[in-house]
Amino acid sequence: MSWFGNYIKSSIGAKHLMAITGLMLLGFVLAHMLGNLQIFMGQAAINAYAVKLQSLGVLLWIMRGGLVLAVLVHIYSAMRLVSMNSAARPVKYKMAFKDKSSFASRTMKWGGIILILFLIFHLVQLTLGGGPLKANFNLLDEYGRHDVYNMTVLGFQNVAVAASYLVAMLVLCFHLSHGVTSLFQSLGINHPKYNGMIKMAGPSIATLVLIGNCSMPIAVLAGWVKATV
Amino acid sequence: MILDARIPEGPIEKKWENAKFGYKLVNPANKRKFDIIVVGSGLAGGAAAATLAELGYNVACFCYQDSPRRAHSIAAQGGINAAKNYQGDGDSVYRLFYDTVKGGDYRSREANVYRLAQVSRNIIDQATAMGVPFAREYGGTLANRSFGGAQVSRTFYARGQTGQQLLLGAYAGLSRQINSGKVTMFTRHEMLEMVTHEGRAVGIVTRDMVSGKIESHAGHSVLMATGGYGNTFYLSTNAMGCNVTAAYRAYKKGAGFANPCYTQIHPTCIPVSGDYQSKLTLMSESLRNDGRIWVPKNKEDCKKKPEQIAEEDRDYYLERKYPAFGNLVPRDVASRNAKLMCDEGRGVGATGFGVYLDFADAIGRLGKNLVEERYGNLFEMYERITGDDPYTTPMKIYPAVHYTMGGLWVDYNLQSTVDGLFVLGEANFSDHGANRLGASALMQGLADGYFVIPYTLGNYLGSEKPEKLSTDHAVFKDAEKSCKDRIEKLVSIDGKRTVDSFHKELGLIMWEHCGMARNESGLKKALELIPALREEFWKDVKVPGSGANLNQSLEKAGRVADFLEFGEIMCRDALTRDESCGGHFREEHQTEEGEALRVDERFSHAAVWEYKGEGNEPTRHEEPMTFEHVKFSSRSYK
Amino acid sequence: MSRTMNLTLNVWRQKDSKDSGEFEKYTEECKDISEHMSFLEMLDVVNERLIEKGKLPIAFDSDCREGICGTCSMVINGRPHGPWKKTTACQLHMREYKDGDVLYIEPWRAKSFPVLQDLMVDREALDSIVQAGGYISTNCGSAPDANSIQIGKEISDAAMDAAACIGCGACVAACPNSSAMLFTAAKLSHMNTLPQGKPEVAKRTIAMVEAMDKAGFGNCSNHLECEAACPKDIKATVIAEMNRGYAKASLLKR
Repeated sequence: MSWFGNYIKSSIGAKHLMAITGLMLLGFVLAHMLGNLQIFMGQAAINAYAVKLQSLGVLLWIMRGGLVLAVLVHIYSAMRLVSMNSAARPVKYKMAFKDKSSFASRTMKWGGIILILFLIFHLVQLTLGGGPLKANFNLLDEYGRHDVYNMTVLGFQNVAVAASYLVAMLVLCFHLSHGVTSLFQSLGINHPKYNGMIKMAGPSIATLVLIGNCSMPIAVLAGWVKATV
Repeated sequence: MILDARIPEGPIEKKWENAKFGYKLVNPANKRKFDIIVVGSGLAGGAAAATLAELGYNVACFCYQDSPRRAHSIAAQGGINAAKNYQGDGDSVYRLFYDTVKGGDYRSREANVYRLAQVSRNIIDQATAMGVPFAREYGGTLANRSFGGAQVSRTFYARGQTGQQLLLGAYAGLSRQINSGKVTMFTRHEMLEMVTHEGRAVGIVTRDMVSGKIESHAGHSVLMATGGYGNTFYLSTNAMGCNVTAAYRAYKKGAGFANPCYTQIHPTCIPVSGDYQSKLTLMSESLRNDGRIWVPKNKEDCKKKPEQIAEEDRDYYLERKYPAFGNLVPRDVASRNAKLMCDEGRGVGATGFGVYLDFADAIGRLGKNLVEERYGNLFEMYERITGDDPYTTPMKIYPAVHYTMGGLWVDYNLQSTVDGLFVLGEANFSDHGANRLGASALMQGLADGYFVIPYTLGNYLGSEKPEKLSTDHAVFKDAEKSCKDRIEKLVSIDGKRTVDSFHKELGLIMWEHCGMARNESGLKKALELIPALREEFWKDVKVPGSGANLNQSLEKAGRVADFLEFGEIMCRDALTRDESCGGHFREEHQTEEGEALRVDERFSHAAVWEYKGEGNEPTRHEEPMTFEHVKFSSRSYK
Repeated sequence: MSRTMNLTLNVWRQKDSKDSGEFEKYTEECKDISEHMSFLEMLDVVNERLIEKGKLPIAFDSDCREGICGTCSMVINGRPHGPWKKTTACQLHMREYKDGDVLYIEPWRAKSFPVLQDLMVDREALDSIVQAGGYISTNCGSAPDANSIQIGKEISDAAMDAAACIGCGACVAACPNSSAMLFTAAKLSHMNTLPQGKPEVAKRTIAMVEAMDKAGFGNCSNHLECEAACPKDIKATVIAEMNRGYAKASLLKR
């Protein structure tokens, strides 16, 4: 198995780990967004969805385990790459002109750090039921189900929470816009006929995620989606 | 000095076969006991180092560049000739041989040229196998184009970067041997001295250009593939670092120097723009396939913009004078005619030293797209340098020093007059006579490196069984000391003039008196000016820094010091060659129409100069050039 | 008439690889620069003036000065080889600049490229990558007729696109991570695309990637600064090819 070890330890292996875990996390982000968008279908729909998710049992834990692993590997690879990269240039340029790199590409590291912090806050607030708004976490709907609908809506009615969420989604958008296109490059998925599409994949998916995820707090703040308690 | 060319017996087409059969072989197990020194890593040196290491010899390869893949072979644009006859247009080994001897104006050695034409076919096979991406037809077969001086399409090319691709191919082979430990590569090392013992080459002394360390390297044989000496003229198409030092040091140790005055002036270079100019840039000769060369008929029009000059006021002088070849006449003819036009006062551009190379017709005939496909990268390069767009306004070109046909004298086996010293590629003299045809330099470098030296060196080692000396031997210590003393001397003069100022002055003397056209009085004058300049150099040069570390001024100073001696030999050779031939045009010898006039009865030979010690005039020897196959004729391209 | 200009140069001066180095400012020596000079000729003129004043000239690498040998290497106002696209420093001409311009000239900066002096760096790390496997193992004399291997024009052109690399190292200099992936991938693409190179694809790919990592270069973050700086217009798609090829070679090849 030394061949596998060599592969994983190589620079390209590290990039592949980033890409594969990134792809898994992208899958999660998209699924999570689609699930959450059910908030627009009303309290009953989204609460039922939450129950269904919870009822997956072992499967849910496998998915959660996979996600945690993906996050950890993604972070670990990123840290390795960042340290290798900064070691590769011990003396910086007095002037460094940027020709082709983008704001998104240059801020991957900071975006990643912000997203981790956001992730922790998000989990504490909405999965573990901690944080300043923990009262909302204990709400139940008329069927005695965990009231995801009102928890979310009440949460977003708090301007600070909504704002931090919007900012995080903007960061995610940049992270994805570079990350998704890079994922194709890192895995070597390219073809002259489709390279244009691949180049657009990152920004397009990122924008979609931004619109989808931000539509919820904006709808709440605008009063289009209201709490039922 | 004995000049035995060692031409093998037999009919010309059998000579190389016979020679190879007659050569002594070195048993595979014994090859690893021989250490070979290769100086230079271009096409000849790189190919030789790689091939000898493949055979099992231990090779140490030296180059002044920071990587062997930067040798100046890389700059060859147009292509490489080979008698493949893939186009079915009547080419053959014999025709390539014939064209090359004729193109060389009957001053090359027939047997060598025939061998060159024979192995030319193997070069294309070898390069292709090494991964050189030669241009292809849609069907997948190799593409060819025609090139200056040839009436068949035998030139193979890789866009405008043929030299680069061939060098990368040789470098790939070299890399493989470096990886296997058979070649030890010394980059940023400059050869400063040749070491001989009892008339045999036993090693070299180098300077590590980073640490300044003077080091000796011993071997069973020394191969020099150190390129040409065009930079004697300061301005040339050579790279900044190209120099004569290695060859000149060998000359001083007993290697005869043949035909030093044979300098090829390339017709299509970008004209000089000012006195700060550091080098001249060549535009591939292939441009002459579709471009038309002209100057205004009237002097008064020279300062006008080209588009303001009416068609009937343009003189397409090559087409007018040489209807059969037109713009495709050989390099020497094209160059000399450009000079003639400018001397008549019809030159164009700011300095008046330029002629137009016009693509308007080609664009009209072929369309801009096809012209772009063929010459796009050259046009881009031209525009970057001059700021003019050749698609809309004609290029301005002027001849420049490009290649030196002269070089260390070698026999058929590429061995110089010093036993065990072999000379390859542009550094030797044998194949191009007085004028090299386009796309022949790459061919010769690779022929020598890939296909000749592996056999002939084996013969030397197998028959002579040379000993390798220890670098502690007195001959090495003496050579090291003389290198150190010379460096010490150069840095201690601390005069007022920079090295470059001397080099530029030498260049002007050479260009003026030993350039495209020469005459007796000019050459005599140069022979007075050069020693005076040399004397001033050793009194008044300023070389900042020391020899103990990286010092670019010192590197240049050492090279210029040798150019200052070598330039004199060039002029001496030019003076004694009282005829016009190839790249050597003596004004005293021309037809009424201004064409070169050879004096075959007196000068059908290679002039070989022997060093006779400090302060003494060198001795001139002759190796007669006899022509059994190619009949003397005056070259006519009319 | 030709234009002249006065410039201010801030040039990185460093005695040797152990020295820490600093910028030195030159104004007196940079007067009356003709617009027709190449950038390196401008530096030649500055150097002549420095020597005349008894100062050490600025050391910089250059050789062919026609954009093909890949020797010249300097970062001009943050850009390797300066502002012109698809152009090496030796072909950059002064008509780009105007009177009063202030320029910063620095060496390639990467751990794998130690500075030798001033603007000169040691790029042996690039050669170590090629020497690890960037070749086709065929001995001289054993080659079949060149036309016995038919290679479609598209394949041949694609190989040539990659083979155009001059190994100058501008990609490393431009990359915020000092990554040599464009160089390595170009060399791989050249050899791996051609039929002659196919038998050794896996071995070559693994050897060259390992050598690249060993030399201490950074990784590709897909900034594409390499592509912008490359004087030979090598496209970063070769890196994708290498990434794919490396996985294939590592995971699937026996």
